[in-house]
Amino acid sequence: MVDALVSLAIMLPLGGTVLLAAFGRRLPEPVAGVVGTLSVAAAFGCAAVASADFFTGSGEPVVVRWFEWFPAFGVEAAFRFDQLSALMTLVVTGVGALIHLYSIGYMHGDPRFGTFFTYMNLFVTSMLILVLADNFAVLFVGWELVGLCSYLLISFWFERETAAAAGKKAFIVNRVGDVGYIVALMIVFSSFGTFEFDEVFAAAPAVLGTGTATAIALLLLVGAAGKSAQLPLYVWLPDAMEGPTPVSALIHAATMVTAGVYLVARTGAIFELAPAAAAVVAIVGAATALFAATIAIAQRDIKRVLAYSTISQLGYMFMAVGAAAHVAGLFHLMTHAFFKALLFLGAGSVIHGMHDEQDMARMGGLARKMPITFVTMAIGWLAISGIPPLAGFWSKDEILGAVFERGGAWTALWGVGILTALLTAFYMTRMMWLTFFGAPRWADGAAPHESPRVMTLPLMALAGLSVVGGLVNTPFRTALEHFLDPAFAAVHLAHPPEGTTAWVLAGAAVVAAVVGIALGGMRYRDRIPAEQGPGWRLLGRGYYVDDVYGQVFARAGKLGAAWLAFRFDSRGIDGAVEGVGGLTRRVGSWLRPIQTGFVRSYAMAMVLGGVALLAWFLSRGAL
Amino acid sequence: MTVTPGWYMALAAALFVIGAGGILLRRNALVMFMSVELMLNAVNLTFVAAGRELNVIDGQISVLFVMVVAAAEVVVGLAIIVAVFRRRHTASVDELSELRG
Repeated sequence: MVDALVSLAIMLPLGGTVLLAAFGRRLPEPVAGVVGTLSVAAAFGCAAVASADFFTGSGEPVVVRWFEWFPAFGVEAAFRFDQLSALMTLVVTGVGALIHLYSIGYMHGDPRFGTFFTYMNLFVTSMLILVLADNFAVLFVGWELVGLCSYLLISFWFERETAAAAGKKAFIVNRVGDVGYIVALMIVFSSFGTFEFDEVFAAAPAVLGTGTATAIALLLLVGAAGKSAQLPLYVWLPDAMEGPTPVSALIHAATMVTAGVYLVARTGAIFELAPAAAAVVAIVGAATALFAATIAIAQRDIKRVLAYSTISQLGYMFMAVGAAAHVAGLFHLMTHAFFKALLFLGAGSVIHGMHDEQDMARMGGLARKMPITFVTMAIGWLAISGIPPLAGFWSKDEILGAVFERGGAWTALWGVGILTALLTAFYMTRMMWLTFFGAPRWADGAAPHESPRVMTLPLMALAGLSVVGGLVNTPFRTALEHFLDPAFAAVHLAHPPEGTTAWVLAGAAVVAAVVGIALGGMRYRDRIPAEQGPGWRLLGRGYYVDDVYGQVFARAGKLGAAWLAFRFDSRGIDGAVEGVGGLTRRVGSWLRPIQTGFVRSYAMAMVLGGVALLAWFLSRGAL
Repeated sequence: MTVTPGWYMALAAALFVIGAGGILLRRNALVMFMSVELMLNAVNLTFVAAGRELNVIDGQISVLFVMVVAAAEVVVGLAIIVAVFRRRHTASVDELSELRG
């Protein structure tokens, strides 16, 4: 029963992909969107029914085996449905279905409407393969497929050169991370002789020394950092905002970018054996969280604010899984999927209403024009800022609590987290004020309007989830923790503190959020500061990291490619080929005089040859 | 005196050398052709002589094959020579040296 439902959950979006790929162009516009939305919604239904036993606490993990894939390596195309993958499946299909619905309105009138939903369904399929994989090899298939979908959807409007370039950038930076994952895969196989999660994690404590475990864990971190846009591989995510906004919401906020967090949580048994690597994960996460939050402060493009905010929030999740607080990390993954998808879709609604205006300097005063978008986005704003009792407060509080509880040097990470929380509240307030409050600064001819119902419905649903989503795991009612505990039976989870410490930490987090909002409110309430100084330029350009990467890696790559193309290819390869030809000509010109054209000389050669053969045979006495 | 196979072989060798000399020394294609026939028949003579000496039929069979092939070769070769002569009014092979390096 459960295994059939799990298979169905993957097959439904896959079927939608195939159907839309075959007929998407010929279907009338809304039909393609409805097919895409229904297939994902139905997958959500399957996943929900399949997870029912987990909610009552009676479910056992199920492994669905489709077929033998690489018999030589003992790799099967198998899917594992346990509490962890159930949570991920529900988030992916649930948020995915809402975003598909929203896309019907957002992509209205696009000439490649059907193609868009083909890619979106393919993405959901790929993401389900990733989170449901039962071994490292199948996970890698999903891992690469979501990368492909990300590329296809970022550069969906490939007529725009910036979009095409952003797609390539995302693909290439992800490939850097993939190298780490592939090498980790090799070490895993050479150590264990299998890719199966269960067998690897069960054997890990006996098989892996600290050195090997650290190597695997660090290489997995490289892969995870690429996919989840962590330092130093985060540079592709801000550019990925060139894609349609629903893509940013689904792939680059709610689901795909959390794959790295999922990977670290899934391989928690290996990170447990490599405390140094786990600490590196947490440090990378904390550094990314603070780094991206400071950049988000100075962005003028509404989507880029949210992009850097996503990077920053992913940093929180990395901090959590690095501290072995996997439940807290996944909890934040879930609430972040709700409120960040909400914020992105809200931003998309604003962009839609402003006719593709993304510069916040030309917004302002939109609250009255777009009431539903404003109210729902305000909920997202308070949720991400960490105002209780909204979703973001509970998950962020749990992460910070768990990190603080580790004590020692971890306290510093907690401090970074609190500072980031303050900055988060500040830049989100700035974004809200520049967009919705103050005097209108619209471009000439702009006529902002509220988006159609098909777009506001998902906003309202996600706003509802952002309000109540955090209640699944409060210090008073740890439902999610009970739910996920069996999946992490082999890992010593870090827990947030209890009692007075918990209250003090929660108070500190709320104070940070309130201070951030108050600072933002005071600064942007009356007027819009120019924000032109060198400091703002530094932050606005993201510490010039892109320029440095461009000079160091991209330029070196281009120089290397130019050398290969214009020197090595034209001289080396072509030279070798032409050299062979020239040698043949030269030898031919030496040998050519032999061919005199006189029959007698040929006959003489034959006679001499015959005589020589005869002499040879006679001399050996063979005749 | 009895005629031993050695005599046949000697005669065949003499005929073969005469034929080979003709090919090497003469320029007229027709004469060269005749020289080739001479060489072929020298070989035929060795075949029958050896066949009789060893008391096997194979030698004579080989000769039949050689004669058939030689006949076919003559048909083609003479046609070529006639065609060349019509075109160039000469049968000297030294003037047919276009296929040189």
